[in-house]
Amino acid sequence: MAKKTIIEECDILVVGGGMAGTGATFEARHWGRDLKIVCVEKANIDRSGAVAQGLYAINCYMGMQWGENQPEDHVRYARNDLMGLVREDLGYDMARHVDSTVHMFDEWGLPMMKNKQTGRYQREGKWQIMIHGESYKPIVAEAAKKSADKIYNRIMITHLLMDETKENRVGGAVGFNMRTGDYHVFKSKTVIVAAGGASHIFKPRAVGEGMGRTWYAPWSNGSAYALPIAAGAKMTQMENRIVLCRFKDGYGPVGAYFLHLKTYTQNAKGENYEKKWYNQTKELVGEYIDHHPTPTCLRNHAFIQETMTGGGPIHMVTKEAFQDPHLETVGWENFLGMTVGQAVVWASQNIDPKYTNPELTTSEPYVMGSHATCSGAWVSGPEDISPPEYFWGYNRMTTVQGLFGAGDTVGGSAHKFSSGSFTEGRLAAKAAVKYIEEQKAKDIKVSDKQCNEFKNIIFKPLENYTVGRNEITGGTVSPSYISPIQGLQRLQKIMDEYVGGISYNYMTNENTLKKGLELLKWLEEDLEHVGAEDYHQLMRAWELKHRTITSQCVTEHTLFREETRWPGYYYRGDFMKLDDENWHCLTLSRRDPKTGKFTMEKAPVYHIIDDEKEKKEAS
Amino acid sequence: MSTFVYMTRCDGCGHCVDICPSDIMHIDETIRRAKNIEPNFCWECYSCVKACPNHAIDVRGYADFAPMGHSVRVRREEEKGTISWKIKFRNGTVKDFVSPITTKPWGKFIPKLADADKPNQGEINSQILYSEPEGLNTNKELPKVEKSSFKKGVYY
Repeated sequence: MAKKTIIEECDILVVGGGMAGTGATFEARHWGRDLKIVCVEKANIDRSGAVAQGLYAINCYMGMQWGENQPEDHVRYARNDLMGLVREDLGYDMARHVDSTVHMFDEWGLPMMKNKQTGRYQREGKWQIMIHGESYKPIVAEAAKKSADKIYNRIMITHLLMDETKENRVGGAVGFNMRTGDYHVFKSKTVIVAAGGASHIFKPRAVGEGMGRTWYAPWSNGSAYALPIAAGAKMTQMENRIVLCRFKDGYGPVGAYFLHLKTYTQNAKGENYEKKWYNQTKELVGEYIDHHPTPTCLRNHAFIQETMTGGGPIHMVTKEAFQDPHLETVGWENFLGMTVGQAVVWASQNIDPKYTNPELTTSEPYVMGSHATCSGAWVSGPEDISPPEYFWGYNRMTTVQGLFGAGDTVGGSAHKFSSGSFTEGRLAAKAAVKYIEEQKAKDIKVSDKQCNEFKNIIFKPLENYTVGRNEITGGTVSPSYISPIQGLQRLQKIMDEYVGGISYNYMTNENTLKKGLELLKWLEEDLEHVGAEDYHQLMRAWELKHRTITSQCVTEHTLFREETRWPGYYYRGDFMKLDDENWHCLTLSRRDPKTGKFTMEKAPVYHIIDDEKEKKEAS
Repeated sequence: MSTFVYMTRCDGCGHCVDICPSDIMHIDETIRRAKNIEPNFCWECYSCVKACPNHAIDVRGYADFAPMGHSVRVRREEEKGTISWKIKFRNGTVKDFVSPITTKPWGKFIPKLADADKPNQGEINSQILYSEPEGLNTNKELPKVEKSSFKKGVYY
């Protein structure tokens, strides 16, 4: 069904041209002057990834030049927010480099807001600086274009190629062009997966026309995970999904409102409801509730409890702050710069925050690795600081040789956001060059047989549709195939009802998880029969397959961790309490590519930074 | 919301098709103009609205939660380096905003690394990245912590 087969050989293949992918593509050229560097993007690199519509803040900047924060401060912060469990080596490494990334953005023309008194970047909060970032993505895309030998737009990468001479070594990737229908084979010495995390695996709150207005972009379809999982790479903390407390329906961001505008939340009676739930939360998580700042999941927990017990709606009190015309402008431009949809919702419902306190909600869960969560691949840390269990030769390399990750792909390194993801791309790119220079990519063999097998697999949904469509008179109901949207809605229903979605107030347990796994297995089998009527639907079919394998991994991890580590993100009803005795560890999974079976294990957490200072601050 | 295209303004140039991150703006083969083929996969990111040279694309809030009668219009002017917004509420309230999108001539200050100074011998084995350590502006080396400060499995 493919039109042509196009084979490209390269040294570094970057899959995904978002923040992490542009960072990797840019930096790779500095270290690999003579290497062939190719970046492949599913959409158009000028407006792709989570930052497609812009950002109003860079949420990760140390400000070491002014002594504002040091990398170890960020490690403490991320560890605290994720209830003790992060890869501190990866977090430290990202944090020590992130300032140089931000300084480059400034030089390149990204409008940074400055504090008029100090001349420094305008702080929104301790870690965030404010920008006029409507063109953030086109600017970093330009940097990637200047470094790459070639950038391919509109190609979706579906599978990784494996070397046939040495086990567990990557050999490239394959995919298809959704405009031409051509089959693309990229034979590459190294692959950096910088694709997106997963929206739309749990049923979203809006299921009609507004289904696309999820917090994380609807085009983030979990390729960040599906590609390494299918190649047999180990994954970590995949149970650590994230739920966001945001403005209702538009999921407009609250960071600037809380931190800069100093707005605050209250329940329908005008009470500070978070205090009400302090004792109950303490029962579940112990002293973690006393940490400062309060971990994101625990604030969600109070919100969820309050609305479940009839205290809603919860409002953001904006009426005071918005009397200041400057703050009012900041409040609106905050949306226009990164979540235009929230401005549309407010305009449509006559919500002027100067006169009306807008309503908040908690979102459906998402799986990603760059925000206040850290799902992703288990990767090596940097040589100079990582302990033995965390180091196997090359920074940000997965447990598959030559396969690197950055951004949402990398597990354990939370709170990196846009600047940290770009930085992580830079780190992965340098390590990939080193891997090539040290002759680790010699004599890779990828046979025509392997390529042809993938070709048949990739284009099969087109055939499924053509054959099945002839059986029926018309409409969308076929006994032989299901459409991508039908399959997606089945996936979302399974995850929602059995794995801790909104309909069950994020609750799950061993029994529902096991049922979920059974249903996911049947979905996986049925997706052999997904039907695509054109190349656009073929993309949707492969997005769905990537979401499904990601969901299986998330469910396996959720089943393995027998505690509720992050109340407010999800609850194990059969183990409602946080259990540091048994679960102060990271979870690892590996899916056997031959059998499709997952095996689970625990990995140790290393705390590299003392917390004396933090404790003193809190008390 | 979702995007839609005005019949009389669209000339079928395809800029929106080229830029849409969700691949939902397509050219209708009968009328040779753009349309949104999958409104429920629209993130309302406005990439297509900004890219349209004829201002033919607009947005109508999602039918499942946005009452009608509002509009949020945008004009992005790359040569001026600004973006302008006009928000119109259902009740007629209007708000206007203008923000910068860049501080420098487009792309001119982004280096082409193939032509920049090469890394020093052996630097590939260090921890520094391009522009570091100078680019950190700290007048210091890249920070590091001692491996011995790692403590395994302790609760903090």
